[in-house]
Amino acid sequence: MLYRETGQFKTSYTADMAIFTIRQDRIALWLLLALAFIGVPLLNVLQIWPFGGEYLLRAIFIPFLILSLAAVGLNILTGYCGQLSLGSGAFMAIGAYSAYKFGTGVRIPLEIFTISIPPLPVLPSILLGGLMAAIVGILFGVPSLRIKGLYLAVATLAAQFFFDWVFIRVKWFTNYTSSGSVTAPELNFFGFYANKPIEKYLVCLVFVSVFALLAKNLVRGNIGRQWMAIRDMDIAAELMGIRPLYAKLTAFAISSFIVGVAGALWAFIYLGAWEPLAFNIDRSFQILFMVIIGGLGSIMGAFLGAAFILVLPILLDQIPHALGIPVSVETVSLLVFMVTGALICWLLIVEPHGFARLWLTGKEKLRLWPYPY
Amino acid sequence: MVVFGQFVEVLISGLLAGVLYSLVALGFVLIFKASGVFNFAQGAMVLLAGLALVRALDMLVAQGFSFWAAVGVGLVFAAAIMAITAWLVERFVLGPLVNQDGLTLFMATIGVSFILEGGAQMLFGSDVYPLPLFPSDAWFLFEKAFPGGILVSKIDVFGGFIAAVLVVVLALFFQHTKTGRALRAVADDHAAAQSVGISLNWIWFVVWLMAGLVALAAATVWGTKLGVQFSITFLALKALPVLIIGGFTSVPGAIIGGLLIGAGEKLAEAYLGPAMGGGIEYWFAYVLALVVLLMRPQGLFGERIIERI
Amino acid sequence: MRAPGGPDVAVDDVLLAVEDVSLSFGGVKAVSDVSFDIRKGEIRAIIGPNGAGKTSMLNIINGFYQPQEGRITFKGETRSKMRPHEAAIGGIARTFQNVALFKGMSALDNIMVGRTLKMRRGFLWQLLRVGPALTEEVEHRARVEEIIDFLQIQAIRKVQVARLPYGMQKRVELGRALAMEPDLLLLDEPMAGMNMEEKEDMSRFILDVNNHYGTTIALIEHDMGVVMDLSDRVIVLDHGIKIADGTPDVVRNNQAVIDAYLGVAH
Repeated sequence: MLYRETGQFKTSYTADMAIFTIRQDRIALWLLLALAFIGVPLLNVLQIWPFGGEYLLRAIFIPFLILSLAAVGLNILTGYCGQLSLGSGAFMAIGAYSAYKFGTGVRIPLEIFTISIPPLPVLPSILLGGLMAAIVGILFGVPSLRIKGLYLAVATLAAQFFFDWVFIRVKWFTNYTSSGSVTAPELNFFGFYANKPIEKYLVCLVFVSVFALLAKNLVRGNIGRQWMAIRDMDIAAELMGIRPLYAKLTAFAISSFIVGVAGALWAFIYLGAWEPLAFNIDRSFQILFMVIIGGLGSIMGAFLGAAFILVLPILLDQIPHALGIPVSVETVSLLVFMVTGALICWLLIVEPHGFARLWLTGKEKLRLWPYPY
Repeated sequence: MVVFGQFVEVLISGLLAGVLYSLVALGFVLIFKASGVFNFAQGAMVLLAGLALVRALDMLVAQGFSFWAAVGVGLVFAAAIMAITAWLVERFVLGPLVNQDGLTLFMATIGVSFILEGGAQMLFGSDVYPLPLFPSDAWFLFEKAFPGGILVSKIDVFGGFIAAVLVVVLALFFQHTKTGRALRAVADDHAAAQSVGISLNWIWFVVWLMAGLVALAAATVWGTKLGVQFSITFLALKALPVLIIGGFTSVPGAIIGGLLIGAGEKLAEAYLGPAMGGGIEYWFAYVLALVVLLMRPQGLFGERIIERI
Repeated sequence: MRAPGGPDVAVDDVLLAVEDVSLSFGGVKAVSDVSFDIRKGEIRAIIGPNGAGKTSMLNIINGFYQPQEGRITFKGETRSKMRPHEAAIGGIARTFQNVALFKGMSALDNIMVGRTLKMRRGFLWQLLRVGPALTEEVEHRARVEEIIDFLQIQAIRKVQVARLPYGMQKRVELGRALAMEPDLLLLDEPMAGMNMEEKEDMSRFILDVNNHYGTTIALIEHDMGVVMDLSDRVIVLDHGIKIADGTPDVVRNNQAVIDAYLGVAH
């Protein structure tokens, strides 16, 4: 009854093609945005639990936002365009280290002259980091014209392990520190200093909102349809005039750009100081799980999946504690492993299309509620 | 002569290391052949088998059994554990997902691998357990021809021997037994196999059981070499380049692929490594597989994928 | 029975000419020295027993297969090899024997994909969506809705095609091909698996496309009644060789054709 569409008629194609066509959805979205942009900061300033302290922001909201962004990026490549990638960690690393270099000044001495770029402000550094990741993404996307499916996944693994090695061995990227770990430059966004958790949260929120909107625009437009056509049947797509080269490489480029930016944000804002290990194969799998659990081919799914994967270990950590059962840290981490695995299997059985599909099915039921059909 | 000797030494150690990769790859091939599923949990199965074996062994020896009697019982115990695992996986994960596409099944095996890794360590412990099944010293061969002789590790040789035995047994099994034939039928066409009375559930159970036994064999060798520990699960990833080179459905291909990767890695590390700062082994296998794929998108031994419309 | 040719087209206007085309796969010769032409505005049927090489012939015209011998002349230009998207750009569209729709997308989106070649606005405009990209989306959406109206599939436009019944999927596929505004439309067994009513509907659509849009059509079909009723001219293939070429009446009475269908050894 709450969710009826009656009386909501679309009188133009533009209205029909909107992201949220049902008024209730639009209201929900504005509420969510209001809560995120105004509500949370307000509650934080007023010191109302649990938004007053740092934990919620630092340990949950900020990583959630950044990993959602990475999941959106990977979803474009794997969910919309159907190219399986096991190398997201490497692209995050490329984004992070490139941003670091741009932020601390680049000096490449060549034979005739020296390429010398002064340290750039944080925002351009992050975006350029994404750009570097996009360029590498295109390079690794070229094989995708001939190599498909699981075989392509191996190519992305090659990227993952190769770049793991590069960022450890090639000292230039870490500015020759002895420990191998680097610290982010000062987070000065043209006068807005992001030092407190709430400020970092707002920066991430802005990034994620903008990128999510741009991504959504792309996937519902011409290029998005081309990606999905390639995913579903690339031969038929080619016979429609779609050029697989263009479609796949743009998917790789845009996906890698977003993942690279997420990597830079992860390093600069969430970690502050990091080593190459932060972006290893485990990270790649983590993001892949988010995409699959959230739902391949769904922007919203990326957020749902990220929330699930992030919150689950924390919940599992806290539950025995809250119930008063003494379990060792080690047992808990093993338990988290098992439950995560079991939940992945269960979810794949129940709804292979992930939470996003469950959500849509739920909404369908809600439209009819309280009637059965 | 010294230089050549070094080369031979590196080559042999690489080939033998490659045999160990082949052992793990064999498990993948078995499952892929019969169900088209890439079993990401194979590495976890090696861990599970190894842990079951080594803990049973330790416990029995502590009870007073002789070493080799304990090994025998331990092997039976581990095999039983793998059988139970195979049944559980088939019943609760594969069965319900039978009609889903490859990616879904692949993700399900990742889920299974998590469950097995967590479960194995919870049941059997998460330390590093030494498994002294084979002598861990080395032979020095050809001492007359090369100064100092060629170092050949005994574990590696035993591993090669076990792999050879497995290949022969598997080949005989597939070609000459009823179940082996049924497996090949299922690999070709599920529906057709069912229509002649072959039960898919039974076949998949058999396949996972066999993969589990192959995992046990791999665990005995890897466990002796490295000790039974969590990092064994990363073998799952190394198997991918092996399978790309050897093909996903070929038993001899898995062996050849393993040998090539093993030798390639060691040689690259020895000869290219110093120029590039070392640590090349980390990514060499994958980049090699990538290069192979660029030339032959279906892998060295794979069948050409012909798409009809 | 139809009068030959379309509304106001000179009978001699050849749109597509196939000359001495041969195609082999390994040792198997799918098509041997086949030559024929298709005139502008006509409906040309390609018939023959199973395995005759009909789909291979369409695939050659489409650019999906490259013939080992022979030439194809389309709209005056002769080539020996053509890539699929060149065919698409040139104005050739087709449907497939085993409905090749994009299963993960809705009917509307599938047909919109057919408009890809016509959409010019670059990636940056699509990013912002307001302005030129949106205008273009709306414009093409309007065209696609015309096709949806024409094929009477309004009710299912937002449904994911994997969920549609077979007959509907075939219609959506036809819509997708029409969205390309092709000069030559290749239909591979458009009636396969349909009952009487659905066949009548589909026949009506094909005729309307030919009459209303003036599209030249080449179709593969097994239902003889449909072939005789719809087509202007027929070509018969058997074992990769052309055994007859002419109007439906001529072909129907050709002994070689009768033999081929009855399976007389030759």
